Amino acid sequence: MRTVWRTARLAERHAQTRSGRSLVFTVPGWPGHLPGQHLDVRLTADDGYQAVRSYSLAAPADGDRVELGVQAVPGGEVSPYLADELPVGAAVEMRGPLGNWFVWSGAGDEPVLLVAGGSGVVPLASMVRARRATGSPSAFHLLYSVRGPDELWYREDLLHEDPLLDVRIVYTRRSPQEADREPGRVLPADLRAPTARLEPASPAYVCGPTGFVESVADLLVGLGRDPATVRTERFG
Amino acid sequence: MADTSDHLDGNCLAGPLSEILALEPTTAWWRCPQCARSGPLAGLHVYGPEPGLTARCPGCAYIALRLVRQGEHVWLTVGGGTGAFRFRVTP
Amino acid sequence: MTSFSPGFRGRARPLADRLPPGQYPTEAFPVLSTGPTPHVPTAAWDLTVTTEHGETRRWTWDGMMELPQQDTVQDLHCVTRWSRFDTRWRGVPLDVFLEDLETAAEHVVVESHGGYTTNLPLADLLGGRAWIAHTYDGHPLAPEHGGPARLLVPHLYLWKSAKWVRALRLTTTNEPGFWESVGYHDYGDPWREQRTWGD
Repeated sequence: MRTVWRTARLAERHAQTRSGRSLVFTVPGWPGHLPGQHLDVRLTADDGYQAVRSYSLAAPADGDRVELGVQAVPGGEVSPYLADELPVGAAVEMRGPLGNWFVWSGAGDEPVLLVAGGSGVVPLASMVRARRATGSPSAFHLLYSVRGPDELWYREDLLHEDPLLDVRIVYTRRSPQEADREPGRVLPADLRAPTARLEPASPAYVCGPTGFVESVADLLVGLGRDPATVRTERFG
Repeated sequence: MADTSDHLDGNCLAGPLSEILALEPTTAWWRCPQCARSGPLAGLHVYGPEPGLTARCPGCAYIALRLVRQGEHVWLTVGGGTGAFRFRVTP
Repeated sequence: MTSFSPGFRGRARPLADRLPPGQYPTEAFPVLSTGPTPHVPTAAWDLTVTTEHGETRRWTWDGMMELPQQDTVQDLHCVTRWSRFDTRWRGVPLDVFLEDLETAAEHVVVESHGGYTTNLPLADLLGGRAWIAHTYDGHPLAPEHGGPARLLVPHLYLWKSAKWVRALRLTTTNEPGFWESVGYHDYGDPWREQRTWGD
């Protein structure tokens, strides 16, 4: 596969939440990517020390423009730097696209389940945007778990009127007044309605913190989903 | 043996393995020799990244592979033993 | 085996004298893992020492706690470049477990619950430089830091201080351990910056 490190220049930075950022880079020679794929970012310090971390792509391929979602982890070595310190116009190195497992190919027309925990929504946003851009007939059902209303990423894309996108938000700590459920972690009842609309071969994509992914994957299997159709991606 | 430490999954091995493999590895199928569970490399539980990556069976924690990147070398073991392959790669 | 003045360091030395090359000081105690954290009840814990002739000594948890205990204050140096100063431990010096053994072995393979191993020279476990540590900062050692008991060899990089230690195997040949077999240094002296195989 021999991926190469390419120079990536930061073009735009947008705040998604208090500590979540969309970063758009210009990467000359970027070969394009599939929805759900990730890339590696490499930072190099003055003394030659290097750190490499994986980040999910947040939008479908668009020439040499690459959009990432970065959640600043307090005390983290790389994410706070990318989220708030790397100046617009400055460069890092990137290799990718990476991974063919956590990918929505867009080939079929069956309904699709997406389950996101926090910034785990990033690769799923890439799938949502790709479906909309290609006009695929697949209906997407997104269950999105966040701590509170101020933690929602990609409001315009996800809350945008779309007959083929059904979004249900589960608040784990603080819910808005109009919420129809008490705050708390994802329960079987939250997954029952979206899974009822799936076909047996429908893929489910689950992305979030390790504990969240383990729990949701177990719930889906408990609801009768074939484990082979459940694709997961964990972050630390 | 309960798991209280955080782990990632085999998706994060795509980049590091791309330095030494000719094909995309995360969809590769693996069968655990200890508990017979099988699945894609993407489904392995991965501990690290420092001081190295350890990929284990999600069912029984048997070691599937270990990978260490040091300067111009990538070290790889396949399975639970300690015999390693050392590859020279471009920095 | 009473230790006087635990933690006494005399007049404060400049930080730079205590920081090996390429390290940075931290107040945190990072947890690096190679697998699921083993949870070993002390009732099931034991430590075995086996020589190259097959002679085996075994201590249960209670047996270990009856041995002479020592308090020690140590600086820790991790190969991932963090150093943590003045960590307070209580445990049993390795000299106690290894005294009067009939052995010509010069090497030790340390084996842990969960399958981790590390190798080091037998001499580095003697002379009051290494402990089986069960108490950290006045509390029972937490599982994520290697509890109920870990090896503590603070003059070498911290990967040598195997968590969840269960056995010491004395060997006449040097057998590389978990990290030593994938590019990390056989000895691992932080002051000589022996991080990787070629250092």
